[in-house]
Amino acid sequence: MRLWRLLRDWLDERFGWAELTAFLRKKTVPRHRYSVWYYLGGITLFLFVVQVCTGTLLLLYYRPSSSEAFRSVQYIMTEVEFGWLVRSIHSWGANLMIFAAFAHMFSVLFLKAYRKPRELTWVSGMLLLLLVLAFGFSGYLLPWNTLAFFATKVGTDIVAQVPLVGDWLKVFLRGGEEVTGATLTRFFGFHVAVLPGLTTLLLIVHLLLVQRFGISVPPSLEAEWQALPPEQREMKFFPNFLLRELMAWYVALGILGALAALAPWKLGTEADPFAPAPAGIRPEWYFLFMFETLKLLPARIWIFEGEQVGVVAFGLAAVVWLLLPFLDGNAAGRRARWITGLGFFALAYMAGMTLYAFLMG
Amino acid sequence: MKNSCLECHTLLPPPMNVDPEQANQDIHTQKGLSCSSCHGGDPSQDDPLRAMDPAKGFRGKITRQQIPKLCAQCHSDAAYIRGFNPSLRTDQYSQYLTSRHGQRLSQGDTRVAVCTDCHGVHGIRPATDTRSTVHPLHVAETCARCHADPEYMKAYGLPTSQFDDYRNSVHHRALAERGDLSAPTCSTCHGNHGAAPPGVAAVEFVCATCHVFQAQLFDGSPHKAAFAVMGLPACVTCHGNHRITEPNDTMLGTGPESLCLRCHTEGDGGYQAAEQMQEQLLGLARAIEQAQQVLDRAEQTGMEVGQPKLELGQARDALTKARVAIHGFQPDRVLAEVQTGLEVARAAQQAGTKALEEYDFRRLGLAISLVLILSVVIGLRLYLKQLEANSQKRSNAS
Repeated sequence: MRLWRLLRDWLDERFGWAELTAFLRKKTVPRHRYSVWYYLGGITLFLFVVQVCTGTLLLLYYRPSSSEAFRSVQYIMTEVEFGWLVRSIHSWGANLMIFAAFAHMFSVLFLKAYRKPRELTWVSGMLLLLLVLAFGFSGYLLPWNTLAFFATKVGTDIVAQVPLVGDWLKVFLRGGEEVTGATLTRFFGFHVAVLPGLTTLLLIVHLLLVQRFGISVPPSLEAEWQALPPEQREMKFFPNFLLRELMAWYVALGILGALAALAPWKLGTEADPFAPAPAGIRPEWYFLFMFETLKLLPARIWIFEGEQVGVVAFGLAAVVWLLLPFLDGNAAGRRARWITGLGFFALAYMAGMTLYAFLMG
Repeated sequence: MKNSCLECHTLLPPPMNVDPEQANQDIHTQKGLSCSSCHGGDPSQDDPLRAMDPAKGFRGKITRQQIPKLCAQCHSDAAYIRGFNPSLRTDQYSQYLTSRHGQRLSQGDTRVAVCTDCHGVHGIRPATDTRSTVHPLHVAETCARCHADPEYMKAYGLPTSQFDDYRNSVHHRALAERGDLSAPTCSTCHGNHGAAPPGVAAVEFVCATCHVFQAQLFDGSPHKAAFAVMGLPACVTCHGNHRITEPNDTMLGTGPESLCLRCHTEGDGGYQAAEQMQEQLLGLARAIEQAQQVLDRAEQTGMEVGQPKLELGQARDALTKARVAIHGFQPDRVLAEVQTGLEVARAAQQAGTKALEEYDFRRLGLAISLVLILSVVIGLRLYLKQLEANSQKRSNAS
C-alpha cells in the first residue's frame, strides 16, 4: 500500500494524477433491470484485446506465404509450447468477438441507446462491427487450408457482383484474377496492419463518445428509473461497475479457455489451388445468412442478375442500419416502433437463415 | 455427291437394308469413302443395272472369307492410310493371319470372327469412340458375343465362362467401375487382330507388361525354375486367369485359403517361408491399423495430427512394396520392406498417443483454470457485495 501511495504521489506531482482520475470517482452508471446488456460492449472490447495479444504471439511464428503458411500454423499447433492454446483462443476468440459485437449491436438497438445525442456512438460502433467482420474474412484465409481457400474464392466472387466497381474490387482483394499467394499476403497485410490501425482509431473515438455521453437509460424505463432514489438508480463506475465488468470478462475467458481446450480449432488440409473445390464450401457462420440468401435468389430478377440484386440489397441494408439513429423519431413515435420491428425482423432473419444453412449443409 | 446405293438400300427390307444414319456416322463415310469403295459399282448412276455393273467393279455382297482381304487393301497400305490417320497401324491383316480366327478362316471355317464381326459393318466407329464396339469399355462384350455362347463354341470345344469370370475380376472393376481405360480387357492379354491364347511360357510376359516389378522378382525367385519343371504357368497358377480377384494376405501362409499349400507341405522350406512372410505382412497391416485408430481418435478430439497421418501413408507404401516383394519368395526381402513400414507405423502411433495424452493434459489444465476463474468471480462478487453493503451503511448513517 505504501508503495502504491508513493507511486501515486509521484505521478500526481508530475502529471496531476488526482485530477486525471477524478472523473473516475465521480462517474456513475445507470442501474436498472436491463443493466446486464451494458456488459456486452465491454466483453467485445475484452475479446478484441485477447485477439491483439494472441495475434501478436502468432506473428512470432506465422509465415504469410502460400508455401509456408499452412506448415507454420501446423508448427504452431504441434511444436510451439502452448501454441495450440494461442491459436485456438485466437480462432475461437474471433468467433466469440463477432458474436458479442452482434449481440451488443442488437442490445443497443432494442434498448434504443442510439438515440440523440448518441447517434455518432452508434455510427462508430456500426463501423467497428464492419471492421470486425473484415477481420474475420481476412483472418479466415491465413492458415491457407482447403476450406479457407475455397471460401475466400467464393467470398471474393460475391464481391465481384458489386455494381460498377465489383471486378476492380475483386482484383484488388485477390491481388490478381485468382486467389493465390498474392491474396494471402494481401489479406495478411489487411489483417495485421490496416484493420488493427483503423479499429484502434475508431475504438478510441467510440470509447470517447461513450465516456462523453455516458450510458443511456432505455426510454421505456426512464420514468420508472427517475422515480428511484439516486443511490438505487446509479452505481459508481469505479469500482462497482468495473468489477462487475471484470467478472463478465472472467466468465468470457473461462468460456474461451473451455472451447480452446475441449474443441481445439481444426486446421484441416493444406490448400491445393489445382484441386477441385470440395462439396459444401461455405463461409463462416457470420456470413451464412447473406450467402444462403444469395443462393436462394433466382438467376435473374427482371433485367438484373439475381446475385447482383442481392449484393446491392445487402449494401443498402447496411447503409440504412448505419443511419438508423437519424431515421428514428421520438421514443413513443410510430417510426421508433417500426425500427424496433425491423430490428426483430433482422435478428429473426439472420438467425433463421443461419440455422437453415446449417440444417441444409 | 450422288449415292444411288443409299437411295435404294435405305428403302429395301433386311438384310438388304442400310440404316442411313448409321452409314453417315461411319468413319469411312466421314473420311470421304462411299459404298462403292468396298462394293464397287457406280453410285452416280440412277439405273440399278448401270450402278451395279460388274464392268465397273461391282462386287455385290462381300463373303466372310473375302472381308479381311478387302479391308486390308486399304488398311495394309501404309502410304494410303497415312493420308487419313498417320498414327494408325497397318499390320492388322498380317496379325490377323497369325490369329486363331485368321488361321481357321484360311482353313475354310467361316464361323470365326472376321473384321466386321468386331468392328461392325456399315456403322464402323474408331476404337477411341466410346460408342464403338471395340472401345476398351466394350471389347469384352464384343468378344463375349461368340465366346460366351455355349452353342456357338460347342464346335470348338472352348469354355464359355471367360466373360463371366472376367466380369468378377479386379481388372474389370478397374475398367468398368473406376473407368481406368489402361486396365486390361480381353485384347490386352490375347491381342486384338492377332488374338490367340498366350502359351504357358508366355503368360509371365503378358502379365509383366503391367506388373513389371512382380515379374522381375518372380524371375529371380526359386519358383521360376520349379514352375518350369512342373510345367506350371507363372502368375495364373496362383492368381487365375480371367477371374483374377483382389489378392489378399490369406493367399499366403498356411491357413485354409493358402495357395502355397497346393505344393508345399508342413516342414518344407516353402511352408516355413510362407508362414514367415504372411506373419510379417499381417504384422505390418495390424500396426498400420492400430496407428490409424489412435490417430483417428486423436483427430476426433480436435488434436492436430495431420503430419503423422500423412507419414502413415509411407507405412502403407511399405506394405504395398512388401506385398510386391512376395513375388521373390524370399522372406528376407519382404522383411526389409516390412521393417521400414513398422518403424513409420510405430512413430505415427506414438504421435497419436502423445496427442491423446496432450488432450488429457489440456483437460486437466482447463479444469484447474476454471476452478481459479470461478474462485476469482466468486471472490469479486463477495467483495462487491461487501463494498455495496458498506456504502449503504455509510449512506444510511449520513
